[in-house]
Amino acid sequence: MIDRSDDAARARFFARVSEAVGARPTKRPAPEYGDAIAFAREVATNGTAEAGARATASDSATAEERLARFRERLEAAHGRLFTDAGALISWLAAQGARHGYCDPVLAPVFAAALARPGAPSLTLETELERARIDDYRFGITRAAGAIAETGTIIIDDAHTSRRLAALAPWIHVAVFAPAQIHAHVADAIAALGDDPNVVWCTGPSKTADVEGILIEGVHGPGEQIALVV
Amino acid sequence: MSTNADRHPPDAVDRFAAAQGDDRRAAVRLGSKAGHEKRTEILFRDYADPDELRRLAGAIKQHALDHLDVYLPRAEAQLRAHGAQVHFAADAVEARDHVLAILRARGALGVVKSKSMVTEEIELGPFLARHGIESIETDLGEFIVQIDDDHPSHIVKPIIHKNRREIANSLERHGLGPYDDTPEVITRRARAFLRNKYLSADAGITGANFVSAESGRLVLVTNEGNSRFCLAATGCHIALVGIEKIVPRDRDLGVLLNVLARSATGQQLSVYTEFLRGPRAPGQVDGPEEMHVIFLDNGRTGVLASEYREILRCIRCGACLNVCPVYRQASGHAYRGVYSGPVGAVLSPLLAGSDFATLSDLPKASSLCGACNEVCPVDIPIPDLLLRLRDRAQRAGTTSVSADATPTVPPGAMTAWAEVATRPWAWKGALATGGLMNHLPQALRPKPLRVWGQNHVQAPWRGGAFRKWLAQRRRA
Repeated sequence: MIDRSDDAARARFFARVSEAVGARPTKRPAPEYGDAIAFAREVATNGTAEAGARATASDSATAEERLARFRERLEAAHGRLFTDAGALISWLAAQGARHGYCDPVLAPVFAAALARPGAPSLTLETELERARIDDYRFGITRAAGAIAETGTIIIDDAHTSRRLAALAPWIHVAVFAPAQIHAHVADAIAALGDDPNVVWCTGPSKTADVEGILIEGVHGPGEQIALVV
Repeated sequence: MSTNADRHPPDAVDRFAAAQGDDRRAAVRLGSKAGHEKRTEILFRDYADPDELRRLAGAIKQHALDHLDVYLPRAEAQLRAHGAQVHFAADAVEARDHVLAILRARGALGVVKSKSMVTEEIELGPFLARHGIESIETDLGEFIVQIDDDHPSHIVKPIIHKNRREIANSLERHGLGPYDDTPEVITRRARAFLRNKYLSADAGITGANFVSAESGRLVLVTNEGNSRFCLAATGCHIALVGIEKIVPRDRDLGVLLNVLARSATGQQLSVYTEFLRGPRAPGQVDGPEEMHVIFLDNGRTGVLASEYREILRCIRCGACLNVCPVYRQASGHAYRGVYSGPVGAVLSPLLAGSDFATLSDLPKASSLCGACNEVCPVDIPIPDLLLRLRDRAQRAGTTSVSADATPTVPPGAMTAWAEVATRPWAWKGALATGGLMNHLPQALRPKPLRVWGQNHVQAPWRGGAFRKWLAQRRRA
């Protein structure tokens, strides 16, 4: 809704913009850089053999190759990758993280893993209560996918049951399938879709504000985990 | 026009730098140097010719600026179509009024803010405080700046000038626990304190790094995740966006995100990149049910129409600060504005509007070495812009001293110099008697020196030292 006074302010605003742009003697045309992925590869492969290998590695056609590439980049960003719910549960228990939130859709998968003989005991809540936000040692949610080139996990409103569950607990576990891994940043941009809140997460939350010293886990997760199943 | 009283002396930046403590100078010098070296390392590891990337990024931004009359309405239409409310603010007063009206309509008492240069430009925090609304900075550095009642000294690293002891003292003073200067403890304490602020706040205020005209998406980049928390815990999102943040298409974002992260912090991508368009999705429990985008002019259309328009390409990465020999010595506060370093030396006087004169000395705080242009991820010709601004300051006669001092070299001075310099007896005599100048008060000096001395710092006369040294050496 635009009321009349807003309308007038808007008209004045755009009049100033048009006047400023109109004053330009020449205008820069849109740069043509063809296919964004091809451009990225071309610029990168102009470089060293190592950079070339890096760039072409993320072109990998098969889901397995993309997963391997994703793992390498995720670990470089201090994230962790699991491909088995049982292994993840053992790791959580070893961290002393025995209580957390789990997306109701994923709960059966974890219930099955927890029922296996020898599995550690963890309690999963399928509701997240804001008032007890610091009680959740981990949050397990689904993710929209990932980017192999950068080790990035993609979460959004459609896949990720609660924004806070993927953010407030010390450990965030993002669950997605190998087929959801994009090769390049450009692919992931093309796949943004219609979601109002797409967040790319590349490793744990971090800062270097104090004397340039890297500290992980500032406001968001100190551990960023991908469970690819 | 401003009065003489608020004009800064032409050497204001030098004086500020000289007044800095050793700790502070070392912190800024080491912090900016490390930032520059990290950037160089990652760029040249991945790209043989990073120049190609930054020329493309610059061309994308300049094209968007030159066609802002087309792209800005496009972004607006997209945002409205996806449920966001869009407002336009001609200046800081209008922008603050929009924010206050939105918050009042929701009965808001407290807001959380993620780092935004524009909100600093319009001094939003103090304004909200005056209207009884608590506004908390959530970026760790900005939070410490806020509790210290200080100003950020770097675009990307706001507390580059502080060491851990100062920070630990600030937290203790603010009741965040007994003195402990371990960086990890400092960070954990801020995490615990700010967490409660997010959860109790009524709205989240952010800026935007880019806005795609094609889709209307706002793009926000952080490493700490504070802007995510502002948008996960509160029911209302207000984004303040300078009109220069528009890019034409979504795919241009790929190029710009790449150069931003590498230039700012030496990362391939920042930890969090958020693409935002409209209120939370149906079925999502957390996040704003209301999204407002306020586009801000505040002097930008004036810059766009001028011969300084290239400065609007700036994506606020801080690379020109890190590499600048003047910034490294002077630190951010010397630039007396929100934007420091080479970009601030261009942008601050321009955005000051009718107060141009109060900041017109900033373009002189540069050695014109060209390093700022060399590292700029959007290829802004900063040295050219600095020269044009120096010229403008001179033409406008913006400081009384520069008006009197024209011409800087008085007529006849060069002839007199030639007479002295070509006659050894005259030269020796001048060297011997020149020392008297050190003891003469300014008013009694010869007129040319008096005039020159009004906008220069006169070094003490040391003539004859070399001849004396040589004579002694021969005797020895």
